[in-house]
Amino acid sequence: MDWNVIQEYLPLYKEAAVLTLRIGWIGILFAVILGFICAMIQHYRVPILRQITKVYIELFRNTPLLVQLFFIYFGLPKVGLPVSADVCGAAGLALLGGSYMAETFRSGLEAVETVQMESALSLGMKWFQAMRYVVLPQAISISVPAFTANVIFLLKETSVFSAISLMDLMFTAKDLIGLYYKTTESLFLLVVFYLIILLPVSIAASLIERRLRYAGFGN
Amino acid sequence: MQDLGISVLFKGINMQRLLLGLWAALRISLISVLISIPLGILTGIVMTLRNPVTKVLTRVYLEIVRIMPQMVLLFIVFFGVTRVFGINLPAELSSIIVFSFWGTAEMGDLVRGALISIPKHQYESAAALAMSKAQIYLYIIIPQTLRRLVPLSINLITRMIKTTSLVMMIGVVEVLKVAQQIIEANRKTSPNAAFGIFAVVFLLYFTACWPISLLSRYLEKKWS
Repeated sequence: MDWNVIQEYLPLYKEAAVLTLRIGWIGILFAVILGFICAMIQHYRVPILRQITKVYIELFRNTPLLVQLFFIYFGLPKVGLPVSADVCGAAGLALLGGSYMAETFRSGLEAVETVQMESALSLGMKWFQAMRYVVLPQAISISVPAFTANVIFLLKETSVFSAISLMDLMFTAKDLIGLYYKTTESLFLLVVFYLIILLPVSIAASLIERRLRYAGFGN
Repeated sequence: MQDLGISVLFKGINMQRLLLGLWAALRISLISVLISIPLGILTGIVMTLRNPVTKVLTRVYLEIVRIMPQMVLLFIVFFGVTRVFGINLPAELSSIIVFSFWGTAEMGDLVRGALISIPKHQYESAAALAMSKAQIYLYIIIPQTLRRLVPLSINLITRMIKTTSLVMMIGVVEVLKVAQQIIEANRKTSPNAAFGIFAVVFLLYFTACWPISLLSRYLEKKWS
């Protein structure tokens, strides 16, 4: 291990980590929005849209992100939809994550019994009030463990971005190994940076889970 | 624009090559699954022990696997081991090592979850009937655990298959690599083949994983 080399590489890795985080959080944000919309459509059985979201969820849950990215990045330009690498990365992550989040939120909504909604309505609440104050808080606290697991999963999946030539951590490591043969140092920094990104998320996730475990109804 | 690669697909033995590529990826995941299921069951049992040493060790192992992207593990084994120990690991072998390492931890966690979901009185009643530790596991705990475990571990297989697409990044020739080769070889005659070929790869993965997910969901519903 050569510390001079590590110091020299550090700025490159920092830049790459920023890119990973930037695309990662945009992707996850859109994944949550998309997943929430799909879950509501599924739960309230909106005709036609329900079948479409079903197909989407099954398609993207059962294919790897790498294949999705290749299709979006190399395939879509051929039918007149050129996508830049940044957009492609975020879009791929959002589409993959959306399908996972949809399942998570849907099972959360399903876990809240219908009697909750009915009771709220019979107390004179509007549908939106019942949703906002009764159903969603319970559904969200039920889906939190799966939700945080999804976030960690999606952050880990960003490691395949290097395949579409985004200069993320993987790309930097591979590039440096190829250029200078400093394998140990490059890999060491790679591990350290992924730890810096993922360890806080993982710890935060377990803290949130512990706090929300008491929020469920009746137990 | 008119030709999106469907003709390329049926040219020569291109379709067979793609399927062989898919098989190369599936083979890696199947071997890794076969290795990680028995090892994972052992790990899971070790995780439930009250020994503080094993508790810390398995915890650290699980966290490493949870936090490190599989791709990083692949790089460490494929590039790092070669460098540090001077052993030349073939890409396929290193991916099997990594996916077994990963699968064992995941499987171990599933086994642990299934084991601790069995109420304590099951163990105690069995012990009260003078069963030995081995008998308790064999006749009481394992049959109940399996029902919870089987759907989840089937689900793990689909995750394994999806993750093996990463092996392309360390140079294993699998379905994505073959797809790239086919596209490159036909660049002149049908420049738009990328759309069709990658769409086919997408659907190939889907047809490999979807039936397995359906089976897992069906079993989960049936046995819960």
